[in-house]
Amino acid sequence: MISLTINDKKIEIEEGLTVLKAAEKVGIKIPTLCSHKALSPYGACRLCLVEVSRGEGSPEIQASCTYPALEGLVVKTDSQRVIKTRKIIIELLLARCPDSEEIKNLAKELGVEKTRIKPKDKDCTLCGLCVRMCEERMGRAAISFSGRGPRREVTSPFGKSSEVCQVCGACDFICPTGKIKLHEVSKNEPHPIPFEHNMGLNSRPAVYIPYPQAIPNKATIDSRYCVHILRDKCEICKEFCEAEAINYDQKEEKLDLKVGSIIFSPGYDLFDAGSKLEYGYSNYSNVITALEFERILSASGPYEGKVLRPSDKLPPKKIAFIQCVGSRDTERDYCSSICCMYATKEAIIAKEHAGEELECQIFFIDIRAFGKGFDAYYERAKELGVKYIRCRPSSVEEIAETKNLKINYVTDEGKMLTDQYDLVVLSVGLQPPELARKLNSNFGIKLNEYGFCWTDPFKPVESNKEGIFVCGPFTEPKDIPETVMQAGGAASKVLSLLSEARGTLIKAKEYPLEKDVTGQAPRIGVFICHCGSNIAGVVDISQVVEYAKNLPDVVYVENNLYTCSNDTQEKIKKLVEEHNLNRVVVASCTPRTHEPLFRNTIREARLNPYLFEMANIRDQCSWVHMHEPEKATRKAKDLVRMAVAKVRLLEPLQRRKVGINHSALVIGGGLSGMSTALEIAEQGYDVHLVEKEKQLGGNLQRIHFLFNGGKPQEQLDSLIKHVKENDKIHLYTDTKISNIEGSFGNFKTTIETGNGQPNEINETNKPNEIEHGVIIVATGAKEYKPTEYLYSEDEKVITQLQLEEWLAANSEQSMVIAEHRKPGTGNRALTVGHRHSSANYRLPKTDPRTLKTVVMIQCVGSRDDERPYCSRVCCSEAVKNALKIKEANPKINVFILYRDMRTYGFRESYYTKARQMGVIFIRYDKDKKPEVVKQNGVLKVSLVDPILNRPVTINADLLVLSAGTIPHPENKDLAQMLKVPLDQDNFFLEAHMKLRPVDFATEGVFLCGLAHSAKSIEESITQACGAAARASTILSKDTVELEANISFVVDENCDGCAYCIDPCPYKALTLIEYMKDGAIKKTVEVEESTCKGCGTCMATCPKMGIFVKGFKLEQISAQVEAALKPVEI
Amino acid sequence: MNNEQTKVTEFEPLILAFCCNWCSYAGADLAGISRMQYPTSIRIIRVMCSGMIHPNLVIDALTKGADGVIICGCHPGDCHYLEGNLKAEKRADAIRLMLEDFGIEDERFRLEWISASEGPRFAQVMTEFTEAVKKLGPSPFKM
Repeated sequence: MISLTINDKKIEIEEGLTVLKAAEKVGIKIPTLCSHKALSPYGACRLCLVEVSRGEGSPEIQASCTYPALEGLVVKTDSQRVIKTRKIIIELLLARCPDSEEIKNLAKELGVEKTRIKPKDKDCTLCGLCVRMCEERMGRAAISFSGRGPRREVTSPFGKSSEVCQVCGACDFICPTGKIKLHEVSKNEPHPIPFEHNMGLNSRPAVYIPYPQAIPNKATIDSRYCVHILRDKCEICKEFCEAEAINYDQKEEKLDLKVGSIIFSPGYDLFDAGSKLEYGYSNYSNVITALEFERILSASGPYEGKVLRPSDKLPPKKIAFIQCVGSRDTERDYCSSICCMYATKEAIIAKEHAGEELECQIFFIDIRAFGKGFDAYYERAKELGVKYIRCRPSSVEEIAETKNLKINYVTDEGKMLTDQYDLVVLSVGLQPPELARKLNSNFGIKLNEYGFCWTDPFKPVESNKEGIFVCGPFTEPKDIPETVMQAGGAASKVLSLLSEARGTLIKAKEYPLEKDVTGQAPRIGVFICHCGSNIAGVVDISQVVEYAKNLPDVVYVENNLYTCSNDTQEKIKKLVEEHNLNRVVVASCTPRTHEPLFRNTIREARLNPYLFEMANIRDQCSWVHMHEPEKATRKAKDLVRMAVAKVRLLEPLQRRKVGINHSALVIGGGLSGMSTALEIAEQGYDVHLVEKEKQLGGNLQRIHFLFNGGKPQEQLDSLIKHVKENDKIHLYTDTKISNIEGSFGNFKTTIETGNGQPNEINETNKPNEIEHGVIIVATGAKEYKPTEYLYSEDEKVITQLQLEEWLAANSEQSMVIAEHRKPGTGNRALTVGHRHSSANYRLPKTDPRTLKTVVMIQCVGSRDDERPYCSRVCCSEAVKNALKIKEANPKINVFILYRDMRTYGFRESYYTKARQMGVIFIRYDKDKKPEVVKQNGVLKVSLVDPILNRPVTINADLLVLSAGTIPHPENKDLAQMLKVPLDQDNFFLEAHMKLRPVDFATEGVFLCGLAHSAKSIEESITQACGAAARASTILSKDTVELEANISFVVDENCDGCAYCIDPCPYKALTLIEYMKDGAIKKTVEVEESTCKGCGTCMATCPKMGIFVKGFKLEQISAQVEAALKPVEI
Repeated sequence: MNNEQTKVTEFEPLILAFCCNWCSYAGADLAGISRMQYPTSIRIIRVMCSGMIHPNLVIDALTKGADGVIICGCHPGDCHYLEGNLKAEKRADAIRLMLEDFGIEDERFRLEWISASEGPRFAQVMTEFTEAVKKLGPSPFKM
């Protein structure tokens, strides 16, 4: 070590550094142009000059990048003389290269706006960065200096393009003036590495983080391009990585794993847009796929979220989206299910980013907004000005001069129009993944006709191979929530299969005994993070460190390059011991991501994890005040002071553990409820299954056919049998929930059975109170009872479910016979064919043999003002029943009057089949609904056919209304008991529409089936299995840890006024009375397992009688006061 | 030179922002991750819920020299604790009445809903509020 003085500050550093590096080490910035961390010092630009003096000699000006840091040296980096000389040099540089942004910025930093010297308009400063880079790091020397004096320049040998150049682009990258042009240097064509995450719209380095949300969020080296791995050169990334994390020797490893089960979720492949030649994707630069557009819209995308088109990077004024590219065509007779919504979303976001003026037009066949909340979103898009045009354009043409695109289309009114667009987005469909064929050949996984994984509707997460489960778009194109549900479902199947092995690979973490710090004066350690240059690049860390040292009770302060790194954790642990710290502050990033890590660290250092506070000086300081370093430094000090003020007052807290009741309550005995109950039972837990009706089965009792010919009633019988036979399932039919108490892990529910009498299924002496650890809501929904289209006036007007029952009741035979017999000759009595066909539903007495014309009307009670949502299954229901009729007797006319046919996924092929079999589909608009009248006993349905543009009247023998799915009115009461929310349509509202579709925000309560939203049989089963998996995350634990930051009552202050009790959203507070000093004392008691620590009580209390631990009024006040009284030191 | 001088004397408000952990604090983080720039006047205090903030905290801050106080919570319907934000909204009315008693301008106090995905909005609200407080000038209670 040697010591020298820089700017009057004595410093100690290791020997062998230059003055520039020594200054950098102590945080003193010296401007430079030609110096680079990875290259040898060169001394060309002279910007880095400083004053140095040794011993008695007068100070001399020297370039700090080449001058060695010597013992006893006195250095001045900011003397008047230095600054003056530097200004002259930057003026010279500015005159030489007046257009270089980098030099302009440097000049600005040095306070030089303009140069007094006549501009030379050269484009090279002769800094030699490129030459050194090429020779030293790339080992090529493809460029060098040539000429002398004023003729000196950087060039390739003889000014000809080089053969040795490897076209790595390092020279181009490092050049501060933009002089180096790769195509002039090299004979070879440069091949930028396409950034996969941005669909190749921009390029990336060979060492890179694959995408912003990558897990782990760490860089990787692409060995196909890394100059070091390929040619043993470069190593620049190693030089720059301050964490010393670069390891070129890491190799791909093959691991053998022994597993009991496999889940395949290989996703999907995007349809190759280039194969639709008519849209010109491969030839026209402004025809892009929707995924490419998604990346363009992203803040982390190729254009940083600006809406620009690829050809000229200019903002488009008019964008066309073309739907169903690679879906719903002759080769792919399926719907990709997600494209309508992603196009809608992209159009909305594009308008948000680019401004309302941006025109977005979506060319579609049917808008399939069938998911929960989707139709509302579609309506919003229209309000925001997104235009929907019902037409599938046959081609896209490019206009060569403008690179704009021309589309011909036909309007609703039948007019041919041509429009020009700046950008065309192709809504490409989903294809089976490439891997599917391999899984088929290697594992024997059965694929369906399209190449996706085959599954049975009643076993939607199982492959044909035992023990191999499947999920995601591999089984059918699907959106995020369905994917998450199915993933949970697959996990549940594995949990059942491997229930015996559960937990055997888990090792519990052990902590050392916690130190008791009560009564000790605070001894605070403050750790201030550079976060590389994320914080230190803006905030002057050394100032913050010095400042923190003088804060009250702070005994130790340290700065770290990365406070979150593993070695810093070890260091913090050591320092806590060494300095006997009893409080810790980390000033770095956000507690939302890093608090758990640091809490764990101090717990390992025997401190209570709650004696910790973070100051967010990155996300809320350096990153948001990037151009105000001084103010940001001051703010960072304030934030540290506020954190110290709070941590002084923090107290040790304990997370109380409570045992778990390992049983589940399932509310609802329909398909979803029974499926989830069976799943949970299979996993080894007791289930209490409560059904309000006398019999199990719910809506499934009314479903008699499946598209694939399956027999749902047989499945239902088998399901009921399994439920009844399973000794883990305790069944309560004809039973209602009257009260629910407790919280996750330990609920207590009161039930009421029928009229108090045990029924046929219930055993006698069943308790009316059930204790359980989790709740699954599977209460279903019901078919809307239409008030329109003469439903209650004419028995020939029925709902789709009634039609299905009627079809089941009248064997197919009878309709076939109709062809041979004249109507009315026989008098076959109508038979109610199945025991499940309950007498509750009226069936039409229409003789099937007289049936000539069936009319179906879609969206009855759905997608209207009262119920703005889509009921999802009715289109498929209608197609299914129409096919059933046509199969029985092709001569029966079937008309389906629809708004958008929403036969998503593989249901599409049945829609195709229906059209082929002669089912006639006529579209109508929301404001031009069909009209139904009865004239002389004949039902007449009239509407305007939009294709013929003429009114049509159909005489219907049977009018079938596709009535929507509506929520149970009882949902409100149940939601209140469960403390969970309902959505605007009165279905239950999940914790997150996309990512947590089976969870409620309330812990321990889950959701599946129609109670969530309308869905099909396989979707209900999938969600039921998913809910079982989520329930298992709690049931599989022995104990749960309760929140530590919960309310507590200060008995002395509480006078029992009870103001806090009503506002508590969790009903966690009770007013109690007890004897104190011979008098009755009223006070409030907190139910610790129910309180979530929201602090509503604290803000309500006028007497400081109740607080939230860790957020006590005095603790927050301390922060407030610290913020207001800056102690400048 | 003249320019620099005005910079030095320009009033820079000090504003306290109580942000709920689940939405607004996350929104502030997102503003950071997206590098949205806003004035350095803001000091964020993290609370679990906007409904946790006792009116006294706001009054105290404003009478002890804060130039502005803003409470940020989840949008209605998004509250992690069901409806703490709605409670905060009701309390805000009470706070405004108390401010009147103290002779503090209504504009020095705000309640805003900012979700975890609204980084740009966080920056925008903070910029606007800072500008509004700047116009009012320093708090009369400034020590």
